[in-house]
Amino acid sequence: MTDWSGYIGLILQGALVTMELTVMGSALAVVMAFVAGLGRVSRSMAIRALATTYIEFFRGTSIFVQLFWVYFVLPFAGVTLSPLQAGVLALGLNVGAYGAEVVRGAVKAIGREQREACIALNLTRAQAMRHIILPQALPLMLPTFGNNAIELLKGTAVVSLISLTDMTFQAQVVRAQTGSTLIPFATILVLYFLMALAISHGMRWLERRVTRGLDGMRT
Amino acid sequence: MAAPIIRIDNITKRYGALTVLDGLSMEVMPGEKLALIGPSGSGKTTILRILMTLETISDGHIEVDSDQLYHMPKNGSLVPADDRHLHRMREKIGMVFQHFNLFPHKCVLDNVTLAPMLTKGMAKAAAEKRAMELLDMVGMADKAKSVPAQLSGGQKQRVAIARALALSPKIMLFDEVTSALDPELVEEVLNVMRKLAAETDMTMLLVTHEMGFAHDFADRVMFFDRGKIVEQGKPEEIFRTPRQERTQAFLRKIIAAGHRV
Repeated sequence: MTDWSGYIGLILQGALVTMELTVMGSALAVVMAFVAGLGRVSRSMAIRALATTYIEFFRGTSIFVQLFWVYFVLPFAGVTLSPLQAGVLALGLNVGAYGAEVVRGAVKAIGREQREACIALNLTRAQAMRHIILPQALPLMLPTFGNNAIELLKGTAVVSLISLTDMTFQAQVVRAQTGSTLIPFATILVLYFLMALAISHGMRWLERRVTRGLDGMRT
Repeated sequence: MAAPIIRIDNITKRYGALTVLDGLSMEVMPGEKLALIGPSGSGKTTILRILMTLETISDGHIEVDSDQLYHMPKNGSLVPADDRHLHRMREKIGMVFQHFNLFPHKCVLDNVTLAPMLTKGMAKAAAEKRAMELLDMVGMADKAKSVPAQLSGGQKQRVAIARALALSPKIMLFDEVTSALDPELVEEVLNVMRKLAAETDMTMLLVTHEMGFAHDFADRVMFFDRGKIVEQGKPEEIFRTPRQERTQAFLRKIIAAGHRV
């Protein structure tokens, strides 16, 4: 009879790594989403082109390939990253590209009338964006950001391929050592699901917070 | 006689193949209350939007308060205005929109204080004091902490007027400011405008379908059709004894639709 407590502990250690990756990857993704999303609506053609290239490239190639490039190819260019750094970078850049389109869409959804009021009140474009457009666009972004964060959580499983000891990696270790597939994979199934549920609830809470006092506003 | 505060010189506005304004020239004197009337699509709203720099012009020149609006002098010739020049020119002009365009995520007070604080560097306390005076003038001081969604159309428009006034523009543009209102709310907005006309010497341009109001309010009325000034004059002349056939036809239609002249 196998003593499962040690193996479950191993999986829980992996769960911590998965959470770490998800949180740090999401943080990078949010930054990239705003940088590239706002870059897409810039007046400068060079910035727009740069943002578009980033978005198309990272949406158009697989996260798996991106991760291998970051981890195995970048060292040839003199950039050596730890597995965790590589994982965060690949996940953040990948999901950030999707998020950028969410930011752009939400910013565009704030109508012409609001922009014209900003011009009539002589605000600069940056002031209008910061004080008028983004505060109204943010509630429109959150539901999709929630989706993206869950996608990112599930995407973290690919980092096991560069030997990062995340939850999926540990489950495979346990499977190899015990010969049982059901127990480790049932455990991580439940854990992934609980983490996704936590993200959903967190995002819903955030949505309620940012839309508070905005009743009557189209969301 | 003083110099005009607005001098529009032979401007053309085209949207692709469609010419909205065709070689239009006109002048507005400081303190003048000018009403622009005419059928929809005649270009009258476009003039206000061009003055507010919401639209550019395809050709021609506009001078506001002795400065070029869309051009600036550089090395002895006129070049297209840059952002800085446009910001400086916009300080002179305020606009009130048909659909109010209030900021839905900010309370009434913040709607009014935002621009003075950001564009003029006004301290919060000073901006709020001034905003409360203006809100008092438009009868909205008791709603300072409400958000726009809690207000009626007439109330929103009165806040929008206070918001535009907070920047103390020399010229105010009113673009069909009562057209989106329920009939019973029109009068409260018109009253604010009457008060404004009586208490300030601001130059006001007004695009309106309220002929009765234009008659009482304006020093001069311009009738537009197809991007051109068909006829202009004192309100009595335009409304009582229009000379042009097209003006007569337009006014007949308006009266038939139940508007008082």
